[in-house]
This record gives sequence, C-alpha cells and structure tokens, in this order.
Amino acid sequence: MPEQIAADSVGLVQPQTLQFDQPLSLRSGRVLPHYQLVIETYGELNAERSNAVLICHALSGHHHLAGYHSMDDKKPGWWDSAIGPGKVIDTNRFFVVGLNNLGGCHGSTGPQSINPETGLEYGPDFPIVTVSDWVQSQVRLADRFGIQQWAAVVGGSLGGMQALHWSIDYPDRLRHCLMIASAAKLTAQNIAFNEVARQAISKDPAFHGGRYKDHATIPKQGLMLARMLGHITYLSDDSMREKFGRELRSGKLSYNYDADFEVESYLRYQGESFSGAFDANTYLLMTKALDYFDPSVDFDHDLVATLQGAKCGFLLVAFTTDWRFAPERSREVVDALVAAGKDVSYAEIESTHGHDAFLIPIPRYMDVFGRYMNRVGADIGLAAAKQELS
Amino acid sequence: MRADLDIIQEWIQPRSRVLDLGCGSGELLHFLKQDKQVHGYGMEINPEDIASCIDNGVNVIEQDLDQGLTNFQDKSFDVVIMTQALQAVERPDLVLDEMLRVGKETIVTFPNFGHWRARFYLALKGEMPVSKFLPYTWYNSPNIHFCTFKDFEALCRQKNIHIVRRTVVNSKHRDHWITTLWPNMLGEIAIYHVAK
Repeated sequence: MPEQIAADSVGLVQPQTLQFDQPLSLRSGRVLPHYQLVIETYGELNAERSNAVLICHALSGHHHLAGYHSMDDKKPGWWDSAIGPGKVIDTNRFFVVGLNNLGGCHGSTGPQSINPETGLEYGPDFPIVTVSDWVQSQVRLADRFGIQQWAAVVGGSLGGMQALHWSIDYPDRLRHCLMIASAAKLTAQNIAFNEVARQAISKDPAFHGGRYKDHATIPKQGLMLARMLGHITYLSDDSMREKFGRELRSGKLSYNYDADFEVESYLRYQGESFSGAFDANTYLLMTKALDYFDPSVDFDHDLVATLQGAKCGFLLVAFTTDWRFAPERSREVVDALVAAGKDVSYAEIESTHGHDAFLIPIPRYMDVFGRYMNRVGADIGLAAAKQELS
Repeated sequence: MRADLDIIQEWIQPRSRVLDLGCGSGELLHFLKQDKQVHGYGMEINPEDIASCIDNGVNVIEQDLDQGLTNFQDKSFDVVIMTQALQAVERPDLVLDEMLRVGKETIVTFPNFGHWRARFYLALKGEMPVSKFLPYTWYNSPNIHFCTFKDFEALCRQKNIHIVRRTVVNSKHRDHWITTLWPNMLGEIAIYHVAK
C-alpha cells in the first residue's frame, strides 16, 4: 500500500472500457464480431494529437502500466518505474496509452468473455489471436482517439514484437519504434519452453479441455508449473545465484521432499500467486501468439525485405544475461534494419537480471531509454524535458 | 570540428552510405547528415559516447570492433571510416581487411608515433610519449598498437592495399607546408583513403 504517492507517480488512475462494433477479421480466418478493449491513459493528448505513446504489453501484462487504482494497492502498475511525470516516458510531455490485448484476462475481450453466438463463455473456443491481429485492434484504438501517428510505440518482449509489427504493417502511423529485449521470431528453444508450459496446463486434470469454469475449478497445478518454468527462463544463472545461492529455508536439509532451498519456495510462491490471478486459456493463447510471430513469412522469410517499408526510427535494447530473448536476436533485427537502410540505434545493457531486466530500472538502460524519448519529443517539437521540469 | 574529421568530410560524397567505426560522440556523422544528407551508422562501445550519439540524433550501434564486422555484407557501405581507433583495436590488420570488405571505400586516421615529439620522448627522455593528444601512460593506455606512417604504408604494401590519398595534419593546423615536407617526422595525424 502506498502510504503516500510519490511526486513522480501518475497517482491514482482508472481504467476505461472501449467498445468496438466493427468486426475484426483475424489472421486465423475467424472474425470477432465486436469486442472491448480495456485501457488506461496518462498525461494529456496535445491539440495536434502528436504526443501519444502506445505501450504494448508482454505475456502476462495488461493496461495498468503505472500508478495505483486505490490506496490499498500493494504495488503500482507493471511499468511504473519508466512511466510518470519526469520519468523516462514523461507523462508531463507524452500522452501514454496502455491496453489489455485481445485474448487477455484483464477485462478486454478474451476467453472469459461471452461468445455472442452461443451466449456462453468462449473459454477454449476463443480464437487464437496473433501479434498482427493485436496491432489491427490497436490501430482502431488510435483511430478512436484521433491519433494519426504515434510519437512512439514501445514494448518489451512480446510487446516489442507488437512495436515491430506496427512499423511493418502501418509505417505511416508511428514515428519511432522502441523494441526492448525482443526478437523478430522465437527460436526452437523458446517455442519448446512455451510447449512445456502449455503441456503443464492442458495435462492438468482440472483443465477439462479448457472448460474448467464449467467444473468450478481452475488448472492451478498446471498454471503454477508453467509459471515456475517461465520464471526460471526470465532470470539468469547469475541473478538466481545472487538472489538465492544455496540458502536453506530452515538452515538444514529436511531429508524429505519438501522445499529445502530458498529458490524452491520462491518459485512455489511465484507459481502459486500467479495461478490464482491469471487465466489458463489466456496463458495458452499468449504463448501461441509468441510462437506464431514471424512477420517475415509474408516476405519469403527475408527480414530485410520485411523491414524495407518501415519509415520510423528504431531503438533496440537487449540485456547481456537475457537468454530467453538473447542480444543476438536483437542484433538480427538491427542488422536487417541497417541492411534496409533504416534509422536504428542499439544498446546492449550490462545486467545480471536475465530477461526480467527490461522491467527493472537499471541506470544505463533508463539513461539510453530517456535520451531516446527526448529525441522522440524533440521530433514532434516538444521542449526538452529538463527545461520543462524546471 | 577536429582537424582530421574536417578533412574526411570533404572526401565524402553527398547522400552516401557511411559506417563510422568507433564513432565517438557522433560528431562526424552528425555533420555529414546535416550537411551532406549522408545516411550513416556509428559503431561504438563506450556508454557515454553512445548516449551522446542518441542525443545528437546519430544512428549508433553498440558493437565491439574486435568481434569483427561479419554482420555486414560485402560492399554494403559506400564508405567505412575509422578515426583514431586503429591503434586501439586488437588486430588492426584484420579490422582493416574487414573495412575493405564491407566498404567500397575506406578512410583511416591514426596518430603518428613517428612524430618528432614522440621520438624526442623515447630517444632523449627514455620514456613512452605522453602528450595532450595522447594523454595516457603506458599501463592504462587503450592504444595498444601504435604505428608510424611508414609502418602503416608497409602493411598496405604487404596486403596489396592501394593508397588513394594521404593527408597529414598536426592537431591544430591542417596541411601545413612543414608537415607536407617531412610527414613521418612532423605530422601528428595521418588520414588515409585506401581501397583494394
């Protein structure tokens, strides 16, 4: 609970729900007849509607980026470290938009919504949506605000994939793309991790083919395992050593199969809390969206050709110990952008935090990010941040 | 602008595609972008310099020169430039090969270790040269492969690298008649335009 809200926080915020009645044709061939997106915004949209920044979320993210919903909240929004007055995405200057993507479980239309055709919850019948479907729905969100061009589209991990897709599908509708700890497509190893997570969920006896709600249960064990596995891959060997080492919970080995080591109880706790808060069908869908992402399939698997039509400036950031979205994957995108003659900068940030680093305010990361956002601001004629703050 | 950068910019055609290895704060690329509509990329590993490039609106890629340029295609740049970094890489000869592979043209500048002041330090004082321009002492210097103009030209001959143009400057003045008279003794910085 925030006893008092910090001066650089967006403060108490409220989500809004937007209704879209125009059918959305999906990559799978299926159609969503109508849908809702839950969003949050911070800052003011200027008269030219040029200062808008879209933040795309990763696997388990949502619309609540920054600030608090109530004074009873334990934690602020998931990217509060980067978004707020005077922060790297400065809400004094930019109008920041966050949304929960389609298929999500935080209020936007997804597996927990009612299927208008049956009057029942979609559950496992909710269509698999892809990154390009998300971008299409985000274009309609931009239209709703009259935003012709985002000053920047920003995302980490799966969010970075959305930012990249914007630059390919709607080159005129963003000035800058910030792609953090991401990739142009997943590797076989990465898909393999997702498959283990999916198996853990779908083989849980409580999964009931995705119809767990009908049985008044949830596949808690499966979700827990999926999250524990995911969590290991988001950390690094170094960060786990630093955080847990071989510390024992009770100071001595138990010689039974309980959690002896701190790392075990930490993972159990993470899995436990996640499994109570996240929908299993959404988890399956999000991992599929990750696996399917590969914009080059429409360009003969040629990434340079894929990016040829992009018009925005790019910033890519990767972290040295991130092995789930390794720096090599970011460099592939950078190399293709250079070969395609696009404006691109790339920073490789020293960090022990693995993939999780993209959510951690590491000083050099925040510095590079902030300087680039200043450039984004300068590009649309905003005064330099420091002058405005003084 | 630094004397060597000022000469280099004259050698670059408008609207060309440029790669600047060890681009520092992006001063040259910024100028080339503004004045010659050059589309450039800088390569740098120093965090402060990378930050300055971003401030200057210069494309900068964090990449270590010593790891090679294998991520770039043959002849994918009109010009590859490296200013004052040749002496700081692990294998200057291999970096030079890579520059000639990736660029249609290559421009290299480096401090001349044959300059009279360096010779004076070593010959008379018996110490490794330290100057305003080369402020490091031997144990903390990033400059690990000093050479003279003569040494560099011998390497070019050995590798069949064609020297298209050469200019010698001192840190304050460019093209002074004295430096042209006896470059290996009087020139502080050499600027070579080479090709293969």
